[in-house]
Amino acid sequence: MLASCIMTRGNDPFIDEQNDPVLLDQWHVVASIAELRRGPVRTILLGRRLTVAIRQDQPVAHHADGAAAATMLHLEYVWVCLGQKPARLFDIPELAEPERRVVHAGSFGVRTSPPRAIENFLDLGHFPYVHKDFLGLEPHTEVPPYRVSTEQDGQELFARDCRFFQPRSAANASEGFIVEYVYRVPHPLCAVLYKLNPLDRDRQDVIALFCQPVGPEQVRAHMLVSLLDDTSDDAELIGFQQLIFAQDKPILENQVPLRLPLSPGAEVPVRADAMSVAYRRYLAALGLRHGVIAA
Amino acid sequence: MIRLHHYELSAECYKVRLLLSMLGLAHETVQVDMYPGAAHLSDSYRRLSPLGRLPVVEDGDLVLDDANAILVHLAASHDPGGTWFARAPGQIAQWLGYGAALAASLGAARLMDCFDTGMDSAPLIARALPILDALDRHLWLEAAEGHFYLCGTGPTIADIACFADTVLAEEAGVALRRYPAVRRWHDRVRMIPGFIVMPGVFPR
Repeated sequence: MLASCIMTRGNDPFIDEQNDPVLLDQWHVVASIAELRRGPVRTILLGRRLTVAIRQDQPVAHHADGAAAATMLHLEYVWVCLGQKPARLFDIPELAEPERRVVHAGSFGVRTSPPRAIENFLDLGHFPYVHKDFLGLEPHTEVPPYRVSTEQDGQELFARDCRFFQPRSAANASEGFIVEYVYRVPHPLCAVLYKLNPLDRDRQDVIALFCQPVGPEQVRAHMLVSLLDDTSDDAELIGFQQLIFAQDKPILENQVPLRLPLSPGAEVPVRADAMSVAYRRYLAALGLRHGVIAA
Repeated sequence: MIRLHHYELSAECYKVRLLLSMLGLAHETVQVDMYPGAAHLSDSYRRLSPLGRLPVVEDGDLVLDDANAILVHLAASHDPGGTWFARAPGQIAQWLGYGAALAASLGAARLMDCFDTGMDSAPLIARALPILDALDRHLWLEAAEGHFYLCGTGPTIADIACFADTVLAEEAGVALRRYPAVRRWHDRVRMIPGFIVMPGVFPR
């Protein structure tokens, strides 16, 4: 199946993007274990129709022609790799800490490119406007400088020392405070946010966004939250996260262009966009072609 | 006190939140994890709504699980001015029916795409377009008469019932460019005192 796809690669840029070698060799989330408990899931990964299920506790995924795809169970999800040389799949070790609740907050369809969805997740500057009264509030619009670095031999990107005033940072927050953030991009289409807990300000909540590349302008976004919160019920935790995500959705779907331009200066960055600039550079260094406008 | 069981991203629930806010009614809310948890299909929720419908309003001993029924109840029992329903009940009831038809077509298509169900929403959109046409024509003719709401010169629950799914139409992939009277009416609804937003709805 895979070989034939690569053989047919021609000058059509769309086919080229769906056969992006960088993404073919990555593992991608295709469904949550919670969703699969209710039955098989039919979905699309890089333009290929897949049927995903859990049989005898083992994940299975099949192409439309019946051929099996490589699968893995990891972090509440089934992941699929379509390529011949699967990349190392990252872990989030913090999720194993005691007292943590780990909750799948839903898989959402968004008409945008996968890199745009990740870039938006990494952006502090939009909080007071798009997430007014929750993650930001005018006039607290300044993003203080933060540190950006690549680690793990260029495979992971970090932004550290991010600070931002948030009136209601989480479901259990009762007052506004300056929230400290660390952003981690361990995979070209996955991002993890470590965020100070509103009650126990020595510990961190973890929120992860795993973008399944359906196509260059269509994403299935899977959200995982792991919070230290023993007062809110699951519905409140999930509700808060979904509210934030749903506020971003119309912004993402109306961005022009939907694909992320990698050329420096294609979109004028300000200092607050250091992480966005670094993310574009990181994708360019990996050689990503899917959902981007190459430099 | 009035208790609302709701889900944040549901347009049906937004209708009730809007009217509660516009009438200034104190109430408490219970979040229901409709997606991904399917909590509306749980045994405990089905004691409130046997069919697992959202939203549910409990008001004293009364339990209602239908957005239109809740709008009628709130307007009939909690609107001292009597302007939201009583003036033109037949006409308003007709638009409540159109609102339900929009929820079953445009609204269902929006949730299908949003929750990435993999289902084809095109047949639902095909059912929604004639309703949008009818709404736009009616609003255009009414505005020419100086009536800036669906049923006359002031807002009624008919406006609420048809506003929620149409203002979110772009999330179902339907552009509102073809419906200028609907868009102008959206702006007027946004100006009603007590107007609130939900994700995907923008203030004026």
